[in-house]
Amino acid sequence: MKELSLNILDIAQNSLTAKSTLVEILLEETDETLRITVRDNGCGMSEDMVRRVTDPFCTSRTTRKVGLGIPFFKLAAEQTGGRLELESVSQDVSPENHGTVISGLFYKNHLDFTPLGDVVSTVCTLIQGCGGVDIVFRHTMPNGEVETDTREIRAMLGDIPLSEPEILMWIRGNLEEQYAEVNH
Amino acid sequence: MKSLEELAAIREKMANKMALRENAGEIRIVVGMATCGISAGARPVLNTFVEEVANQGLSSKATVTQTGCIGICQFEPVVEVFEPGKEKVTYVKMNPEKARRVVEEHIKNGRTVSEYTIGNNQ
Ligand SMILES: Nc1ncnc2c1ncn2[C@@H]1O[C@H](COP(=O)(O)OP(=O)(O)OP(=O)(O)O)[C@@H](O)[C@H]1O
Ligand code: FES
Ligand SMILES: [Mg+2]
Repeated sequence: MKELSLNILDIAQNSLTAKSTLVEILLEETDETLRITVRDNGCGMSEDMVRRVTDPFCTSRTTRKVGLGIPFFKLAAEQTGGRLELESVSQDVSPENHGTVISGLFYKNHLDFTPLGDVVSTVCTLIQGCGGVDIVFRHTMPNGEVETDTREIRAMLGDIPLSEPEILMWIRGNLEEQYAEVNH
Repeated sequence: MKSLEELAAIREKMANKMALRENAGEIRIVVGMATCGISAGARPVLNTFVEEVANQGLSSKATVTQTGCIGICQFEPVVEVFEPGKEKVTYVKMNPEKARRVVEEHIKNGRTVSEYTIGNNQ
């Protein structure tokens, strides 16, 4: 992937597929590090699946034999001297409290650090395709914070879907303004 | 600041528009967003379709949705267009520029852009 924001999109798509109702995307930045966490309350994975999922020769889908999303993300973290952490509780094990947390630690000053890229596009793309799932995005940086929460936006919108272009444009503009404020 | 008041104003405008919208004969534009699609450039393709459909005033005619693996990695980014009563059209190796042309010619004017279809890219 050319940008980490594309890895984030890919990892968060897994959360949408896993029948979550809430997906949180958390970016925590210091001068040296970036931690990217995607947390969901979806169906989770079995312990066996968790073990195998970072291995490119494993996927539960039938159309194709290899799942590459998580291995790509892991590699992107490890090549900066960082690491990937994956925790998951399957709904079969815990019907009340299930879900997945994937977290990558990146060293930003490493030569092989992939730039974050257009994270605003990633958030807008996720919201365009999330259906009824709620998305929380929060990016904390040394100079400030950018965030959005579809639960708040939905509360304003009533039954107008988030996927309406006018709404997506507002969300994009809102995030861009928040970034401009942090970076000015 | 793109404030919540501004969002409220958009909501009022939308509410009227939504009431007018009739969904018969709807075209579906489906963009493949599996790992391979994303790494081949599906994100800007999707966002271009969303913007162009809106900008050209085609929202009552076409919707843009995402799907996972379409099963033809080597042709990504892949876009499928479904229209009631017509055969599915599969566009391959898409980019934002091609997406704009598909909206203009296919979605707006009903002419398949055959240059970009899978049949002409094997
Ligand atoms: N958040 C999640 N919740 C539940 N299961 C998950 C989650 N993330 C991944 N999985 C499981 O792990 C598998 C591997 O994920 P991965 O993203 O690596 O590949 P994939 O989604 O199968 O294929 P692709 O390469 O197209 O992304 C998934 O098929 C799914 O079964
Ligand atoms: S993984 Fe490439 S089309 Fe499905
Ligand atoms: Mg995946």
